[in-house]
Amino acid sequence: MSVLAPRRSTLPGFGLTMGLTLTWLSLIVLIPLAGLFVRSTDLSLAQFWDIVTSRRTLSALKISFGLSFAAALVNLVMGTIVVWALVRYRFPGRRLFDAIVDVPFALPTAVAGVALTALFAQKGWLGAPLAALGIKVAFTPLGIFIAMIFIGIPFVVRTVQPVLIDLDPEIEEAAASLGASRWHIITKVILPSLTPALLTGFALAFARAVGEYGSVIFIAGNLPNVSEIAPLLIVIRLSEFRYADATAIAVVMLVVAFVIIFAVNRLQRWAQAQAPST
Amino acid sequence: MTIEARGVVKTFGSFKALDSVDLKVANGELLALLGPSGSGKTTLLRIIAGLEWPDAGEILFDGENALDRGARERHVGFVFQHYALFRHMSVFENVAFGLRVQPRSIRKSEAQIRARVKELLDLVQLDWLADRYPSQLSGGQRQRIALARALAIEPRILLLDEPFGALDAKVRKELRQWLRTLHHSINVTSIFVTHDQEEALEVAHRVVVMDKGRIEQVGSPNDVYDAPATAFVHGFIGESIMLPVEVSGGAVHLNGRPLDLAAPGDAAGASTLFVRRHDMVIGPAGSGTLDGAITHVRSFGPVQRAEIALTESSAIIEIDAPRDRELKIGDRIGLKPRHYRIFASG
Repeated sequence: MSVLAPRRSTLPGFGLTMGLTLTWLSLIVLIPLAGLFVRSTDLSLAQFWDIVTSRRTLSALKISFGLSFAAALVNLVMGTIVVWALVRYRFPGRRLFDAIVDVPFALPTAVAGVALTALFAQKGWLGAPLAALGIKVAFTPLGIFIAMIFIGIPFVVRTVQPVLIDLDPEIEEAAASLGASRWHIITKVILPSLTPALLTGFALAFARAVGEYGSVIFIAGNLPNVSEIAPLLIVIRLSEFRYADATAIAVVMLVVAFVIIFAVNRLQRWAQAQAPST
Repeated sequence: MTIEARGVVKTFGSFKALDSVDLKVANGELLALLGPSGSGKTTLLRIIAGLEWPDAGEILFDGENALDRGARERHVGFVFQHYALFRHMSVFENVAFGLRVQPRSIRKSEAQIRARVKELLDLVQLDWLADRYPSQLSGGQRQRIALARALAIEPRILLLDEPFGALDAKVRKELRQWLRTLHHSINVTSIFVTHDQEEALEVAHRVVVMDKGRIEQVGSPNDVYDAPATAFVHGFIGESIMLPVEVSGGAVHLNGRPLDLAAPGDAAGASTLFVRRHDMVIGPAGSGTLDGAITHVRSFGPVQRAEIALTESSAIIEIDAPRDRELKIGDRIGLKPRHYRIFASG
């Protein structure tokens, strides 16, 4: 558009980077996802509805999203405590613990699944004492829940850690000199400052758990309607050559996941607006 | 409320931040702690606030031991250099914070809190910013809000750590006068830390000059300027000409040559001669205590500043002279100090 005078900016390259961004996102993300939707149009609406509302599909979706949500909540709480300890205190082995947090990132998920299954099987180190208490972990939804916690924890820790490090200790001193108790300082000053990062960590842990396959299927037992996650059901449908069914479930997962992530994102934006960075 | 520090010692590792500091602050006084960075002034302030604990010594509020109590119980208003406002709270909530976290038994009602916050925002003349967030304010506004927040709890003493240090020169000047007026109206015993001598001399009733963890002098702004107690104070406050001299038998020598100056009673051996720049009187060559040649002249404001290469030594000194005194580069002149001080080097 030569009629427009060239605008000068201290950050040139908007056109180039925006073009690359759109092209790249389209190639890598949008086109494959669009393909999914196109594929699902092979089904009539009634067929689609039947597949999606079948008991087995609904159970699988409920298990996937419900347990992921619960696992992300646990990670939110425990991850925050881990971050607090890693950032605020100096203790022997701190760096080691800090590195251990990343292990679930790097470990092949199948390895994690096998390890967790061995640990929680009825004769495993933890499985045996728990079995004595009447708690069965392996091959139950509880096992899925634990695997999801395992793979999600680094997301909360790694998103909150830098924010907590940057948090100015002076604001805590200011709060203390104004008469705030330790409890008030944590709940009224520190946690609100961390909220955007906490929400991001939660969203990431949740998303990871929803998409998790490898570690879960080993420990889940995969009983239809009881401990079968949606991604596994998709794989099963594919292996039965019922591609349309698989696509329908996939589309539902995609839409639900997108809605949830989008909602968390909005919430995070809102929290950020409450605590604009200086 | 009076504040007293007795023999306060604080070390950080091998660094002695405070080396047996004694200080008394009178009720309602506005006191400045002045010194270069690393002089221990902020550490002393933080110890008084309960944000830091001394290795030895006592802090007394109205004669009562304050070290038994933490920052939370001391009822001290503290203002930080970088404001330390709560970013996620509006200006109103920032100021209200101290009132909202009070124990339920003495907490004010919502209406009372609102009234009090309004009153404080009026006091700092920023009531129109109540709904903004700290990130939307200028530095000067933030610091005034931080002050309002500290005053909300009706502190028994007010401590300010380099309150204007992060602000630009003009805002700093305005806030200085404003702080003095504010102190006059609330009359709370206040201590502020600064490395800016002009700020200390202009605002405070009394100035405490600190260096290397020790108090060098305590006195009124006039005292510390006109009658510096130590070489450090003379060098730190105001601009001084410093010349290394030798004192023996009541006579002062510069580079082996006797100067026409009387030595004070106790100085002997290697010493330093201090003269304020504007206390050097210019006369014809040979007429004064020192001789020199003008090497450079600059004029600004009401004075002109001349660089003089001394004949008696290799030193180059700067003096201030009135604008109407004609000075030319290359002129040979004589200099006679109107006032001077000699401190033994050590």
